[in-house]
Amino acid sequence: MSSRGGARMVATVFSPKVLRAALPALSLGLLLLAIWYLNPRAISPLGFNLMFNLAVPIALATVAQMCVMTVNDLDLGIGAYVGFVVCVAATWLNDTPLLGLAALFGGIVIYMLVGALIFIRDLPSIVVTLGMSFVWLGLSVLVLPTPGGKSPEWLSTLMKLKTPMIPFPIVAAVVIALVAHVLLMRTSYGSILRGSGGNPKAIERAGWSLLRTKVVMFGAAGFFGMLAGLALIGLTTSAQANVAERYTLLSIAGVILGGGYFVGGRVSPVGAVIGAMTLTLSAPFLTFLKIPPDWQIGAQGAILIVVLALRAVIDRLGPQQ
Amino acid sequence: MIRELLRKPWLWSFVAAGLVWLATMAFTGGHGGGQLITAALTFATFFVIVGIGQMFVFTLGPGNVDLSIPATMTLAGSVAMKLMDTQDSMILIGLVVALAIGVGVGIFNYILILGLRIPPIIATLSSSFVILSAAIAYGRGLRIKPPPLLAEFTTVQLFGIPVLAICVMVLAALMGVVLHRTVYGRSVTAIGQSFRAAGFAGIRVERIRFLTYVLCAVLAALCGYLFSGFSGGSSLSMGEQYLLASIAVVVIGGTSVAGGNGNLPGLWGAALFLFLVQSMLNTYQLSAGLRYLATGLIIIAVITAAGGQKTLR
Repeated sequence: MSSRGGARMVATVFSPKVLRAALPALSLGLLLLAIWYLNPRAISPLGFNLMFNLAVPIALATVAQMCVMTVNDLDLGIGAYVGFVVCVAATWLNDTPLLGLAALFGGIVIYMLVGALIFIRDLPSIVVTLGMSFVWLGLSVLVLPTPGGKSPEWLSTLMKLKTPMIPFPIVAAVVIALVAHVLLMRTSYGSILRGSGGNPKAIERAGWSLLRTKVVMFGAAGFFGMLAGLALIGLTTSAQANVAERYTLLSIAGVILGGGYFVGGRVSPVGAVIGAMTLTLSAPFLTFLKIPPDWQIGAQGAILIVVLALRAVIDRLGPQQ
Repeated sequence: MIRELLRKPWLWSFVAAGLVWLATMAFTGGHGGGQLITAALTFATFFVIVGIGQMFVFTLGPGNVDLSIPATMTLAGSVAMKLMDTQDSMILIGLVVALAIGVGVGIFNYILILGLRIPPIIATLSSSFVILSAAIAYGRGLRIKPPPLLAEFTTVQLFGIPVLAICVMVLAALMGVVLHRTVYGRSVTAIGQSFRAAGFAGIRVERIRFLTYVLCAVLAALCGYLFSGFSGGSSLSMGEQYLLASIAVVVIGGTSVAGGNGNLPGLWGAALFLFLVQSMLNTYQLSAGLRYLATGLIIIAVITAAGGQKTLR
């Protein structure tokens, strides 16, 4: 290789675009390295199983949030919706599976209707979804007035699956990331969906329905949110209406950590899953650092701020956009 | 004159509040109408305080919103309560410290927004994590009673009208003057209408944005201080319902979500409406689940009816 070729390669590797794409994975790697330094025994199949235990539902909720953010909206009701799914799964899905399935399907339909309402009336999504969070909370309390219920057998079995070599949460996260990546980044309609966030006018002039892209993305958010709820109830033994309250903020943070932008359809499914795992890891990391749990939310905020600061630095390295 | 009045965007929030009041009265057969208004004024006061700040932020234009209000309230409330330690002599010092916390949070938020070039939603969300954590670590979830004099001030009434409500009405009127008559307020509106045009017109855009985020955080801190006094001490969950409230009050009150058009009287109408809806659902003796459900649906219905012109972002 000539020296000029080498220089070009170095320039490519350190170009802002590559750095930006690598940042989520780098953050996760750094965090893992720090944990290994603090407690080498944590980096083992058992340790991974414990540490990433809750990563699967958080990753799914993050992908759901990412779908909404792709079309320039924000879902402040996702946490309550995941709680609703948990409550339905712990009660109806056990006792009367058909009714349970119908309720879960209904949830996705409501998500699609909300997307349509936001588009047709041109409403601010944060207000509508904040209102929806009350609706989901109300429905959860109606389905399950007091904490209790029971996880369906098959869900618990699935979530406690022991995979050889690689711990199950990692396998699940990879599958989630790949599915979301292929659907959104590798299909032609996926690029239309992202385009409707990036340049809605162009997409509309090209003959695509913006109403449909909005409804599809909200429907997808409902679907992934449902999976998040099912995964969560599979991990916990009993349900409660506000069990997933924190998922709203975690999912937004996960998308951003994963390199997603707030507007313009610039999202990264693989990054979002990595972002969710980084957030999940921050809890054991702080425990190993012997930081009291009081500061855990704050530390997650601090991690978010640090990653955003790094991204700002990278952006400034490159040509102005 | 009447036609002019009908065109005011804030009118509808008062009409809605009045209708909800009537619906409640129809159920109770007219009993307790006065007390209900007193209670509504009391609770609406706190919604309005945070609503004023959020409204100025909204008026800066699309994308501007402060999600750290609940966390700021909690931090300011708990630090002030702990500092005052139920002593009347410390009331002013507590207030100053609470407001200083507001200033600090506002500066922190703005540094994130400008320094990291991230949208305000994400910036204030990240900072709210940190602020809330600070409140948790500092307060340890202990509920410290407010000084008696502060508790007295936040609950005392004059002919059935809470004194605090009167003070906040004056504050709202003052802020109305600030918004519509001062260089600062007009700059906020100008930036909301067109960021670039405002910049070309020589408005120091970033300075105005900075002041507005500080103003919003200071009002949130003030609300945390007063609400802790009113409710017998600070608690870690005291800010919870203020995220929805601060945004809903602004939007229902007729402030343009697209920015550039603030509206102060509407805040009062919307705040009264929000409280009256809650108490109406209580009066109807609905179960907790149905109450949540109805609250959510009513908010969405009102937002849909009031109509957004442009999305927030």
